[in-house]
Amino acid sequence: MWGSETFNVDATPTTRMKILVTVAEAATVDDEFSVDGLGIDEQYLTHDINEWDDYAVEEAVQIAEAGSDVEVITATIGPERAEETIRAALAKGADRAVRIWDDAIADRDLLDAETKAALLAPVVEAEDPDLVLTGVQAADSGFAATGVTLAERVGYQWAAVVNDLDVEGDADGGTASVHRELEGGVEELTEVDLPAVLTIQTGINEPRYASLRGIRQAQNKPLDVRTLDDLGLDAEALASPLRWTDTYVPESEGEATVFEGDAAETAGELAGVLREQGVGE
Amino acid sequence: MTVLAVAEHRRGELRDVSLELIGAGRALADAVDAPLHVVVVGGDVDTFAERLNREGVDAIHTVAEGEEHNHDVTVQAVSALADDLDPAYLLAPHSVNGLDYAPALASRLDYPLVTDAIDLSVDGETLVVTREMYGSKVETTIAVEERPAAVTLRPAEWPRAKGRGDATVEAFDAPIDADAIGSTVTGFQEVGGGDVDITDADVLVSVGRGIGEEENLELIHDLADALGATVSASRPVVDNGWLPKNRQVGQSGKVVTPDVYIAVGISGAVQHVAGMKGADTIVAINDDPNAPIFDIADYGIVDDLFEVVPALTDAFEG
Repeated sequence: MWGSETFNVDATPTTRMKILVTVAEAATVDDEFSVDGLGIDEQYLTHDINEWDDYAVEEAVQIAEAGSDVEVITATIGPERAEETIRAALAKGADRAVRIWDDAIADRDLLDAETKAALLAPVVEAEDPDLVLTGVQAADSGFAATGVTLAERVGYQWAAVVNDLDVEGDADGGTASVHRELEGGVEELTEVDLPAVLTIQTGINEPRYASLRGIRQAQNKPLDVRTLDDLGLDAEALASPLRWTDTYVPESEGEATVFEGDAAETAGELAGVLREQGVGE
Repeated sequence: MTVLAVAEHRRGELRDVSLELIGAGRALADAVDAPLHVVVVGGDVDTFAERLNREGVDAIHTVAEGEEHNHDVTVQAVSALADDLDPAYLLAPHSVNGLDYAPALASRLDYPLVTDAIDLSVDGETLVVTREMYGSKVETTIAVEERPAAVTLRPAEWPRAKGRGDATVEAFDAPIDADAIGSTVTGFQEVGGGDVDITDADVLVSVGRGIGEEENLELIHDLADALGATVSASRPVVDNGWLPKNRQVGQSGKVVTPDVYIAVGISGAVQHVAGMKGADTIVAINDDPNAPIFDIADYGIVDDLFEVVPALTDAFEG
């Protein structure tokens, strides 16, 4: 883990380590829903912290708790509605928050990785963190590309799909020792120079629930809103050659035999099928 | 104009997704009337080139630099090659390593990027990419109105290229700036050993997020005992620490091919399905009739698992 002693190599009174965590809201869809234009009818959506980002917040807070002088800042691209999610991250231990929003963003139906990175980059450049943690992907759109795009854009090192992390600080910036979760039960062990962007995989830790005390404290933590103007960007920063053209419910390819009836009936029919296949003998 | 596909290998083995990229790349190259080029970076590139030389490949570029995937090397080498070739489209796998270099590569080349494609078509000058959203509940199309562009392809969605090609194989002398390499792979670790090998089981009772609480797992163990089955799980159950990693079925866990796979409270996200679609008989128990697991199930019960699972246990014990 983060060793506080390793970061006391010089005696400047500034914060010894800064971690920026991107926190996005992701929408989950009710079992029954309908498509409305390109999106899903809002009444069927629930917005909450993106599951992967929840693990990224927890990882940052654990590093902060193990160190002596670590500041955790969250950055969110999202409308005012997202402040509830941001406050929850503050309640779990982040120190302050930045929310990026603008009418020009609200007008866009598709924020691709390059656009999100363009919006986050000025915040990273202004904060100059040692470590940026993002979730591997957003649960709803699933592009899984923002973190690495951001790293390239701001000139940070990076590692994608991290499920174990140790940070060693030193005067030159330090190193992150990570495990990258590859396919098929194999992990890659990698050393990454800091500053770096790491995309965090679920399961890396156990995200906490906010305490009542944390929730109270979160109300007084700074949450700054930044418009395109504040970030020194113009609408050109949002230009994209990608156009979202259609959304539809795919035709089920399923040919499942679905048993009907109450639980005793359906279980009984399934048991019959399973016995025919030799199960339970 | 070309289509350029980036092959993937790991620990000395070319990965199957490389051949899928050739399959998809050939179709795309035909649609834009262009040759298909493939590049492989690192490892035993000559052996890899031989295996990549399938029907439909016009040229293979090899970059003999390092043994394993290093995203800095890949980004430097492929961006230099792309500068030379000026491809219409660049294809990379939507794999864990693809996610580690493709976004940076696209950004460095200033190519627009669409990830996790499940289908591609060309309409005039526009590339139409089909991808899923909201955990496979909907499909969307994204029109890419610019060339060049980069796309990552979901593994196991395209047929693998077959046959023997007559591609030219050329070593590409990529300028690699060692000072710009900021990460080093120090090793690999196998995870998920332990008490039980779920890949050996004939019958698996697999439990997912729908189980809700750790203490409810008892229902699953009871059912598995009654059936003489082994318990496995989808990712959320393992992430929560309720079952060990060696029980995880899916892309990052184990690939299983039992006679019977009973998915309980598992929605059937693509990462999970990748690990179990080879089961002979798939049974799904889920209260969401739209859960994607029903698309691949042979038998289904759309109901509350807390009702169905005890009833099924009773049916075998009674």
